[in-house]
Amino acid sequence: MITFYLLLGIMILGSIVAIETRNILSSVISVGIVGFTLSILFLLLGAPDLAITQVVVEILVLVILIRATISVDNTAIEAYRGTFAIVSSLFFLGLFLVFASYAFLEMHAFGKPLMRTSQHYLDKGLAETGASNIVTAVILDYRAYDTLGEATVLFVSVLGATVILRRIGRKRGGKSIESTGK
Amino acid sequence: MTIYLMCLLLFVMGLYCLVAKKHLIKKIIGVAILDYAVNLFLILIGYREGGAPPILFKEMNQQVFSQQSVDPLPQALVLTSIVIGLGVLIMMVSIALRLYEKYKTFDTSEISRLKG
Amino acid sequence: MGMSLIVKKITQLLIGLIFLFGINITLFGHLSVGGGFAGGVILTCGFILLMLAFGKDTTLGKMRTSVARFLSCTGALVFLAIALLGYIGGAFFLNFLDPGQAFHLHSAGFIPFADIAISILIVSAIFALFVLLVLSGRFTEDSGKYTEDDEL
Repeated sequence: MITFYLLLGIMILGSIVAIETRNILSSVISVGIVGFTLSILFLLLGAPDLAITQVVVEILVLVILIRATISVDNTAIEAYRGTFAIVSSLFFLGLFLVFASYAFLEMHAFGKPLMRTSQHYLDKGLAETGASNIVTAVILDYRAYDTLGEATVLFVSVLGATVILRRIGRKRGGKSIESTGK
Repeated sequence: MTIYLMCLLLFVMGLYCLVAKKHLIKKIIGVAILDYAVNLFLILIGYREGGAPPILFKEMNQQVFSQQSVDPLPQALVLTSIVIGLGVLIMMVSIALRLYEKYKTFDTSEISRLKG
Repeated sequence: MGMSLIVKKITQLLIGLIFLFGINITLFGHLSVGGGFAGGVILTCGFILLMLAFGKDTTLGKMRTSVARFLSCTGALVFLAIALLGYIGGAFFLNFLDPGQAFHLHSAGFIPFADIAISILIVSAIFALFVLLVLSGRFTEDSGKYTEDDEL
């Protein structure tokens, strides 16, 4: 149990560094630290599928964020004293933390989950679906609608990025053409 | 109980970074930290003390397995959530690159001053 | 173009193993750790390693954008077709193939086929997004100037 607290402490420290530092490249690398520590935490919490996916997705996020920041000539930002924004956001977030901790007293204790539907999935999963990885059985047999929704969201994000990054202009030679017609 | 509060602290830090910072890339980093905090919270709810991953092997007893495995339902939902978070992040970065191309800066106060 | 000779040599040696690992995790998704999502993102990472080490021209020669477009639509449509075929059993998304023997590769109804469709969809979608980000690259020069090789 002490390892969970330790790893969460590392994540909180890493995100403090990512938020407060002025150099953008250091921020991006600190977000990478938070992501990789999250993957170790997933492995210790008994979710190996998630650990694999989180490591690889973290690498992709790092590559894309570095590509976005490194093409800017100046990678350091100047400090801007927006004191009203910072103070008011901290006050309201503190209020949110206080009321949320009241709500957390109603939750079950950490380590004793209430598994009402999941008990059925664990008992009858192998017999009804034939898959021995119960997480895959839940994703692709019991809750396959969610996977269909996820495929739709990925599709829409490809469409959206195509429309945003389209370039309208003239080809050399005078013909006007609309490019990136994917 | 304390561990839930630490996870909520991570969520609040991501939200603060999204709201109070003026650089566009910092806002994107705030959304990424928000995403990690929410996924972690969903997995923390389903953890069982001394539990095993929900994967059956050939020589396991079914009764013993279903009494000592962790909750598989939040894991299934978070698996799609991680990949969706990647797609959303890529779209945000493409919007940020377009804004840089048009206004030559990443500073949102400059952009709202130069708009139009 | 691309990176130095050491990176290129190591990529040449490793890239086959990375693709094989991704396909293994996809196909054994219902028996052991993994599934469609994990296998799909590992294959995507392999393609992005190819693009970083060898430059965009070589990689776009291997997986053209028209192929990526075709594969992403195919993956989504195959998954939808599997869902609609559940009407044979009587309901949307019903697992109409029989569960088979447990712990064998050929079991669990349509779960292996749905895994393959999901992984193809994820590979082509995220690779297409990355290619878009790379191709829209030259924005430190004047924007709006369209050069001939900015095709997608």
